Amino acid sequence: MAGNTLELKRISASAAPPPGIRETPVLAKYIDTTTCIGCKACEVACQQWNDLPPETTVQIGTYQTMPDMTANFWNLIRFSEYEDEGGFHWFMRKDQCMHCGDPGCLKACPAPGAIVQYVNGIVDFQQDQCIGCGYCMAGCPFNIPKLSSKTKTVYKCTLCVDRVAVGLEPACIKACPTGCLQFGTKAQLLEIAAKRVGQLREGGFKEAGIYDPPGVGGTSVVTVLAHADRPEIYGLPANPSIPLAVSFWKAPLKWLGNIAMIGGIVGTAIHYLRYGAKHAEGHTEGPAERPPESRAS
Amino acid sequence: MILRYTLKERIVHWVAGFVYVYLLLTGLAFYTPKLYWLAVALGGGTTSREWHPWAGLVFVAATVFMYRMWAADMRITDADREWSRAIGRYVRNEDAHLPPVGRYNAGQKYFFWLMFLGGALLLISGVAMWFTASIPWSLRWLRHAAVLVHVSAGLATIGGFIIHVYMGTAVVRGGFTSIVRGEVSEEWARTHHRMWKR
Repeated sequence: MAGNTLELKRISASAAPPPGIRETPVLAKYIDTTTCIGCKACEVACQQWNDLPPETTVQIGTYQTMPDMTANFWNLIRFSEYEDEGGFHWFMRKDQCMHCGDPGCLKACPAPGAIVQYVNGIVDFQQDQCIGCGYCMAGCPFNIPKLSSKTKTVYKCTLCVDRVAVGLEPACIKACPTGCLQFGTKAQLLEIAAKRVGQLREGGFKEAGIYDPPGVGGTSVVTVLAHADRPEIYGLPANPSIPLAVSFWKAPLKWLGNIAMIGGIVGTAIHYLRYGAKHAEGHTEGPAERPPESRAS
Repeated sequence: MILRYTLKERIVHWVAGFVYVYLLLTGLAFYTPKLYWLAVALGGGTTSREWHPWAGLVFVAATVFMYRMWAADMRITDADREWSRAIGRYVRNEDAHLPPVGRYNAGQKYFFWLMFLGGALLLISGVAMWFTASIPWSLRWLRHAAVLVHVSAGLATIGGFIIHVYMGTAVVRGGFTSIVRGEVSEEWARTHHRMWKR
């Protein structure tokens, strides 16, 4: 967590408008799954730069370091084996926070300022404001936020906001030996991606394409897939969006609830003014029956 | 005077009542950023987040006690259905034109069942939210459903709670005293619960 107040575009659970007045281009990571060699240099660089405690690797029958990211491990190369009429495929995809344009984690978060989005597209968790409720884990369509059992707060890729803020590229990109990872403005990277997709299509991958799902407002991760028609085989959701439960709760249900609660209070007040209390038979209470002397002094 | 609520009944009621108010305030803090100050006032967001589920378990325990004490009295009868149809008269304080009621009127019974069922839903969804991180990604619909069920059931109980507090303190005079000191006057019992002590 680091960053500049002038570049805050969205702040979780905040009634005040975010103070970001600076206009910067949206930045992104470029991930070309077709040139990734699965060396895991990005995993190491992420651990090293962020100075994260080492995680024990778990053998799951592939070259994958462990089954899933953890609170201490934010960058995971996912290996998947896939067979179709075209033969046997071996996919490697660098998995981490997608830095959504419309982040479901931020929308679901009830703690003011625990999740922020910068003008440059980086979505960052501020652990000192996080209350560890886990709502972001319900709001994220990519299964990214991970709760630390030690600190009871949530962690994920920061897109190296601390490096980016001083003009450096993220650690994972710095470490990549093949150039399958690149960093730049999203517009630049989409151009590079389009060029690469063209090459792939010429090379016979007719379904090659860019993964930049519109359902979450696009992502600050531009992924090139040889089989963009089937992102699921890479472990990516086909049409990710903020879960309906979260968007329904945060808009219509919340308004309905607010109206019902305020209506309940106002309604009972009006009822009392109109009908007043029910008195038991023979009950003597109220100003009319009260002897005059009790009102004096 | 007539004993309406035993000491045990009163203790259980007030445990549930105070814990519910705590759950309500912290829950509202997480419901909307405009009320997050409630969590701050109650010891901070992290403390509120930490205690809310434990308080929920206390509420559930109290609800189980209330179920065991009162479920038999809370059975909805034909007389209750008749009373419900004429609820407009009750709202307008024209009680004399209503069918006589026993220990609880239909409104109280429906409130009891609302809190009981709401409590059950809040418990199930709350446990799922407590351990969201342990719900596997393949069952993520559970994470989503839990969020939605918890807020919906919470709002439903708030509706009941507003009416319960209003009726018990402002409208039915003597009701509040009865759940504090346990006793009501004979006139009170005859007026509000004619069939109760017969």
